[in-house]
Amino acid sequence: MTIGILTASYITSSVLFILALGGLSNQEKAKRAVWYGIFGMAIAVAATIFGNQVFLTQWLDWLIGAIVIGSAIGVIVAKKVQMTGMPQLVAALHSFVGLAAVFIGINSALLPHSDFSNTQLTIHNVEVFLGVFIGAITFTGSIIAFGKLSELITGKALILPGRHALNIIMLLACLTFGYMFLDHAGTWTLIAMTIIAFIIGAHLVLAIGGADMPVVVSMLNSYSGWAAAATGFMLGNDLLIVTGALVGSSGAILSYIMCKAMNRNFLSVILGGWGDTTGPAMDIDGEMISIDIESVASALNDANRIVIVPGYGMAVAQAQSAVSELTSRLRAKKKEVRFGIHPVAGRLPGHMNVLLAEAKVPYDIVLEMDEINSDFPDIDVVMILGANDIVNPASQEDPNSPIAGMPVLEVWKAKQVFISKRGQGRGYSGIENPLFFKENSRMVYGDAKKSLDNILSNIN
Amino acid sequence: MKIGSPKEIFKGENRVAMTPDSAKHLQKLGYECIVESGAGNNANFSDKDYKDAGVKIAKTKEQLWKESDIILKVRAPEKSEFSRIKLGQHIISFIWPGQNKELLNSLKKKKVTVQAMDMIPRISRAQKMDALSSMANIAGYRAVIEAGNQFGRFFTGQITAAGKVPPAKVLVIGAGVAGLAAIGTAQSMGAIVRAFDVRPEVAEQIESMGAEFLMLDFDSDGTGEGGYAKPASKEFIKKEMELFRAQAPEIDIVITTALIPGMPAPKLWPAEMVKLMKPGSVIVDLAAEQGGNCDLTEPDKMIETKNKVKIIGYTDLPSRMATQSSSLYSTNTRHMIDDLTPDKNGVPFTNMEDDVIRGATVLNNGDITFPPPKPKIAAIAKHVNEKVKEKTPEEINKEKIDAEKKSGRLQALLLIIGACLTWCVGIYAPPEFMQHFIVFILSCFVGYQVIWNVSHSLHTPLMAVTNAISSIIILGALLQMKTSNDIVSVLALISIFIATINIVGGFMVTKRMLAMFQRS
Repeated sequence: MTIGILTASYITSSVLFILALGGLSNQEKAKRAVWYGIFGMAIAVAATIFGNQVFLTQWLDWLIGAIVIGSAIGVIVAKKVQMTGMPQLVAALHSFVGLAAVFIGINSALLPHSDFSNTQLTIHNVEVFLGVFIGAITFTGSIIAFGKLSELITGKALILPGRHALNIIMLLACLTFGYMFLDHAGTWTLIAMTIIAFIIGAHLVLAIGGADMPVVVSMLNSYSGWAAAATGFMLGNDLLIVTGALVGSSGAILSYIMCKAMNRNFLSVILGGWGDTTGPAMDIDGEMISIDIESVASALNDANRIVIVPGYGMAVAQAQSAVSELTSRLRAKKKEVRFGIHPVAGRLPGHMNVLLAEAKVPYDIVLEMDEINSDFPDIDVVMILGANDIVNPASQEDPNSPIAGMPVLEVWKAKQVFISKRGQGRGYSGIENPLFFKENSRMVYGDAKKSLDNILSNIN
Repeated sequence: MKIGSPKEIFKGENRVAMTPDSAKHLQKLGYECIVESGAGNNANFSDKDYKDAGVKIAKTKEQLWKESDIILKVRAPEKSEFSRIKLGQHIISFIWPGQNKELLNSLKKKKVTVQAMDMIPRISRAQKMDALSSMANIAGYRAVIEAGNQFGRFFTGQITAAGKVPPAKVLVIGAGVAGLAAIGTAQSMGAIVRAFDVRPEVAEQIESMGAEFLMLDFDSDGTGEGGYAKPASKEFIKKEMELFRAQAPEIDIVITTALIPGMPAPKLWPAEMVKLMKPGSVIVDLAAEQGGNCDLTEPDKMIETKNKVKIIGYTDLPSRMATQSSSLYSTNTRHMIDDLTPDKNGVPFTNMEDDVIRGATVLNNGDITFPPPKPKIAAIAKHVNEKVKEKTPEEINKEKIDAEKKSGRLQALLLIIGACLTWCVGIYAPPEFMQHFIVFILSCFVGYQVIWNVSHSLHTPLMAVTNAISSIIILGALLQMKTSNDIVSVLALISIFIATINIVGGFMVTKRMLAMFQRS
């Protein structure tokens, strides 16, 4: 195969990838868009194998084995994963891209480059360094994120004393090894740098709390893209560069959207911990009043316009099918039922949408925060399932609150608010929520799924 | 212990303090319930209803007062009932201790404990027990109904084949609970409603009910303690009268609800106002019991003036809707008993540390505990009337232009910095690198444009699919397979293996997710 055809295949793949991402602008187009992605990938892989006669390798059996077994594992994982487990899966998959980038980078340093001029070699080594560095951070960062999301590691932020200094020292060490690597000190410098980068990646994510996970996951998504792009530079392969840049900017935009939705500075999320508060929190007047299931059911029976606000608690309790059942029963009674989704609800961007879709909640009644916020004054009943910070009125009422200014769902404007919650504790961010003390709020304590099942049995 | 409700003996009182519904709740708290036979008749609760709810029926008054440990009433005990009160009995009812010193002294002799439903402090927590508000709500509604009964026209404006009917104009004075209820009722019947109150912070509540707030241009705040009004100054009253004088000829129905705690009702609608009104107009004076807001009001009567204005001074409006008011009042009292029984064991505990119970308790085992100390929490947060300056269109325009200029400048600056950086790279880097660099930068731009269009609800599939395509890195590993270096081959093989998992897993899971999104 000539270089021309190879390049043409790469161009086709690039276009298909762009179409695959662009197709996600709406649900119907999206189903077609995945196929673009699949074809793009197939063309790229086939063109590379045949264009470069990769099949001539002496490891051919192993290569075929790796591809077959890898595909099988991929299929099994994709079929088995539960939708509530999506965040973990995505994090785990990111780590693979990171690790592959590290290996490919090290390989590239091991292979001889006799045909390079001096400048070319230096630039190449810089590219190797960057690819390996980003790949290493992505790898361990994703593994820690995976551990936190699947609750193998505590979700709490690990705050080491002098952690910023620690990060800076490690970064400087990496740069020193990088300089030595450029100075032809040998491959060991690259490996030493990789190990330090592994530690940086782990340490960075360990310092970030559970509520910030959506940002972390999208940030790692972005890194995996940049790692691919750096690898592309290293190999002089434009398709890798294009794809890496697409993925990198996609992850970066997602992180930006998430940070904006939490009114947080990207840097402060990445470096862990909440921003400084300027004064004592406002006193909350009132008490949390709990209510029994029958009263909730009768309120739902009487209501005409209902909004359900799901949060991470719904995912934990696996309550999405009960929610769906409740929705269809209420809709069968000619009630208007809609969902209000905050951009950072759950542990992954769009997490709630996927869970609700899995439970067969039609997507046209699942609305974004901005679409539904103005409707709350006309809503009869708002049902909050395991959400806390995203409905916290302190963000608007208390300038001293750590979440002051964060856009939230203004559920307290509705006539009646029911909050399903495991206990009286605070949310992930540890901030008191004045919503629970409002006069139109009633608490429904207990597991979200059990509460919903009980409500269902009370709705005729 | 046993909670008993006697039949009210006050003339014309139709309410009853315990309903079958509230009795069920009281039983859950561990109490036994008993009512006097026929107590609920006037409120349409029959003895059978009570029996079905597990309530014992006492044949006679004697039996009821004798058997009950706690007496639940609407009106304060009357002289004829004193003899029946047992030593140490517990009584919950309206008491009006401020006006009824004598009553307190006679009750004291009986060593009773008394919670006055009219003394519940006005704080958020106690709203569920606030019987005054529940009754005021009913009175406000009923006031409009009574007015409509006497008023000779439609409330709502209509254009019919037989001619045009103008809408009725209703003025509500005093926007407490009764006032707001009246506003809501009149509004929903189609009248044009205006409302006045001395407390400027209720303007928002009035407007939220759909009425027009008559603003008095005067720098004073009539808010007193506990969210009630306080007496106004002379200058204020003068201004107020001017305002009313302007309204009187226009208004068809006036509903006055102005009360100041512990004082006779303020005279807000003097005889001269009545004279200014059109024939056929109606005044409902909800303050009739406290002397009336109108000079001419006669309590418990409806009168008609010489210029054909009707003035209604009924004081039994809640009792005229006995079923509704009984069920609300009984809910208030049951919440009170709920708070009095923290252990749910059927034994009341008068906890004087509790703000709400302290406020309501006027007698504790025969000790007069009235008046209570002032409540610690303000009823309504003081509303600071900040005047937000309305921006003129020019100012808004200017701001827009400024913002645009600013972002333009920022963009220009960033572009210059970017150009300089690229230029620096260009000096040193070989041409091949620059070609790749162009591709890279353009791809970032394409990515930026494409991703902003992705629907929020598809962010999870987006991450899964980008993850799958970022495994394009597999190409690098494939290219490295053709080597004689075994370490390189093994590392490349591992990379190919994990990248394949990623590609297949990523695409499959994306497909699975997208298939789930369904339109209704």
